[in-house]
Amino acid sequence: MNFYLLAVIKAAVVVGVLMITLLYLQWVERKVIAHIQVRLGPYNVGAHGLLQPIADTLKLLTKEDLLPPGVNRFYFILAPFLAITLSLVSISVIPFGPEIHIGPVNTWLQLTDLNIGVIFVLAISSLTVYGIVLAGWSSNSKYPLLGALRSSAQMISYELPLGMAVAATLLLSNSLSLRKIVETQSAWYGGFFPAWNLFRMPFPQVFGFVIFVIAVFAETNRVPFDLPEAESELVAGFHTEYSSMKFAGFFMAEYANMVTVTCMATALYLGGWLPLWPASMGSNYAPAAAFALAGGICIYSGLQARKRDRLSLSVFGALFLLVAALFLIPVVQALLVPLFWFLAKTGLLLLLFIWVRGTLPRFRYDQLMRFGWSFMFPVAVANLLITGLLVALVG
Amino acid sequence: MDPILFLLFAAIAVVCGITVVVQTHPITSALALIGVMGSLAVLYLLLGAQFIAAAQVIVYAGAIMVLFIFVIMLLNAGRERKTRGSFLARLIGPPLLVLLLGVVTFVILAVVPRDAVVKFGSYTGGTVENLGRAIFTTYLWPFEITSVLVLIAIVGAVALAYKELD
Repeated sequence: MNFYLLAVIKAAVVVGVLMITLLYLQWVERKVIAHIQVRLGPYNVGAHGLLQPIADTLKLLTKEDLLPPGVNRFYFILAPFLAITLSLVSISVIPFGPEIHIGPVNTWLQLTDLNIGVIFVLAISSLTVYGIVLAGWSSNSKYPLLGALRSSAQMISYELPLGMAVAATLLLSNSLSLRKIVETQSAWYGGFFPAWNLFRMPFPQVFGFVIFVIAVFAETNRVPFDLPEAESELVAGFHTEYSSMKFAGFFMAEYANMVTVTCMATALYLGGWLPLWPASMGSNYAPAAAFALAGGICIYSGLQARKRDRLSLSVFGALFLLVAALFLIPVVQALLVPLFWFLAKTGLLLLLFIWVRGTLPRFRYDQLMRFGWSFMFPVAVANLLITGLLVALVG
Repeated sequence: MDPILFLLFAAIAVVCGITVVVQTHPITSALALIGVMGSLAVLYLLLGAQFIAAAQVIVYAGAIMVLFIFVIMLLNAGRERKTRGSFLARLIGPPLLVLLLGVVTFVILAVVPRDAVVKFGSYTGGTVENLGRAIFTTYLWPFEITSVLVLIAIVGAVALAYKELD
């Protein structure tokens, strides 16, 4: 098939799925946080509040788009666009799955594979600070400015351990292309234990993974590092003066960044689309089993639930069982099983992001800086040096 | 495709470069400088130097310019006032500019051989592997000496900052 046509189709699919993910990630976050705090969360708009994100989007779209007096007009409008664009670009190099064959078409489940993929993502993420800084400065107001200054200092400080942790995985995988990095993790130790970079000999990147995750919490300005928008100190931080769609833009950029970094963590440390145990031991049937289990739980709790949940939970249970049946068809299995593993790993990491937000309090600013420079950075350097030494000695 | 992209990003680079000088607002100048660096990165990509392109974005646009903007924001530098310049500067400025550009063009035409035209896609040695090999074999000593130089600069910066704190 025509290269351009194929590229357009793939881009459209990825953007569509990403947008729906961004919408519903917010719903998942509100639900999970609510249950951590023993509340119900969104419940009234649609079954279990499933239409809540759409209602919120409509609300934000129809709100008045305020332009406060005294702002620097051009940069005030530019900043949210910059934030969104930069947060969406990186997804183009993420490998979601292996090469697939649909009829005569062979294509990779990836938009494009750069031979500098990892550096590309780091370069784009080093630019994301501009959206926040410009927003804070152009608002011409003290809280946004303070938030923006905090944010840029924080992002520069945590970029270093992030880069060091990533560099250690590159030593193991010997490539900068994300597709090749995933492919080098496809071996098995003892025939069943995955050789993901997290467990990879000669030096398992467990420390590297922890540093990576902590650093991306800071890079994406999430709790416990959400000082740029600490509401008890700075109202709402850098986007205090924003309203309507421009506010939604920053909101979306934050979630898109979260998705990108979890995809990166999956590809770099958790073996991307590779299964947890080999296909010869039946890992191809894991998705079906997982969905069947989910469907069973839904129907079981639907039978015992209140009247209003009885119908919705049973419908979702039936849907999950249908998906489970879909995963048993051999043709579909070959296409969807790698995607399932990739999305499952990414989803678990996203759940970790949300869980941490519901669990940990916020750092103080000096604690944040001290932690970044005098703990994270030395550990990241030590991790890199040990990995390099062992790779040079052993293999 | 390549010549079109080259012309596009070369034009962006030149326009941004002029904007850096002409604009009176420091933030606009700094952002235009980022535009110059970004389009230079694209030109490096077109020439087949992928790593240099990415490093250009990370180091210049992502790190150095963030510090520039940081400082401009902290000092809250506003719009500069424009002086119209002295009569003498306006009189001999344009001829001197033309003279300078002429000399530069003449030197380039005289030094660079005519048949050494760059062809897009002809150079494939810009990958990270090739660059790393070159740095750690052929150019090992310059590379190591540069790193010592950077270390000295870092130590100097820390020493200066420490003195201020006392």
